[in-house]
Amino acid sequence: MENIKRNDEGYLTDFSQWTKDVALEIAKEEEIEMTDRHWEVLTYLQDKYQKEEALSIRGIKKSGVISIKEFYNLFPGGPLKKSTKIAGIPKPKSCI
Amino acid sequence: MGKTKVKKMLFILSKATIDSVYAAFIMANGARMEGIDADIFFTFFGLEAIQKKKLAHLKQPTVGNPAMHMPTLLGGLPGMEALATKMMLKEMEKLDMPPVGEFLEILSDSGCGLYACKLAVDMFHLEEKDLIDDIDGVLTIGDFYNQADVDGTQIVFI
Repeated sequence: MENIKRNDEGYLTDFSQWTKDVALEIAKEEEIEMTDRHWEVLTYLQDKYQKEEALSIRGIKKSGVISIKEFYNLFPGGPLKKSTKIAGIPKPKSCI
Repeated sequence: MGKTKVKKMLFILSKATIDSVYAAFIMANGARMEGIDADIFFTFFGLEAIQKKKLAHLKQPTVGNPAMHMPTLLGGLPGMEALATKMMLKEMEKLDMPPVGEFLEILSDSGCGLYACKLAVDMFHLEEKDLIDDIDGVLTIGDFYNQADVDGTQIVFI
């Protein structure tokens, strides 16, 4: 983990450094136990990031991957912030 | 959660103008997204935002708001309010802001409590069937204050 570049808030600054082990480490910091569903969400988020599509809670609702309720259950206490951090992508800037 | 000391936001929404309703919704949703608890208490005209038949038809008034940069007489002409409303909703759609009904679903799914004010419900002769299904209850103001049950609770009147 020492060689992984992260910003003040703990987000990766270089997505190419992301691995499943890195994700597991960050998840541990956030006190989240990863399940298959968590990984599915991360894949969705990373896919959106690579397509340069903005992330929002409305987008989650429309995603067809996960409902907002489950999203909050999987990543309690700030779902989009935490999931993007674990996914190794930047924190979304949107207010919605 | 970050460094914030805010743990819970209680919003009282007393108006049904688009700017007021979205201010409450965006702040409540923003709170939930940060891991902060949030409730909205709909009172007086704010109740229009949770009435099945009215929530999709909220308006942006063109009279009495200097920031509209429109002479009051002009703003009062027929159709001006509808035009201003249409323009505003179009701009909001560009920013991917959901319409009122969808926003209420998002808030409810996010765990934001949606409550109607008992006094206002009685005053406007509303029944439960007039309100959206996602409503968490009809409360007195005393009940609502009881929701402020943790340190770091803030109450905001809109």
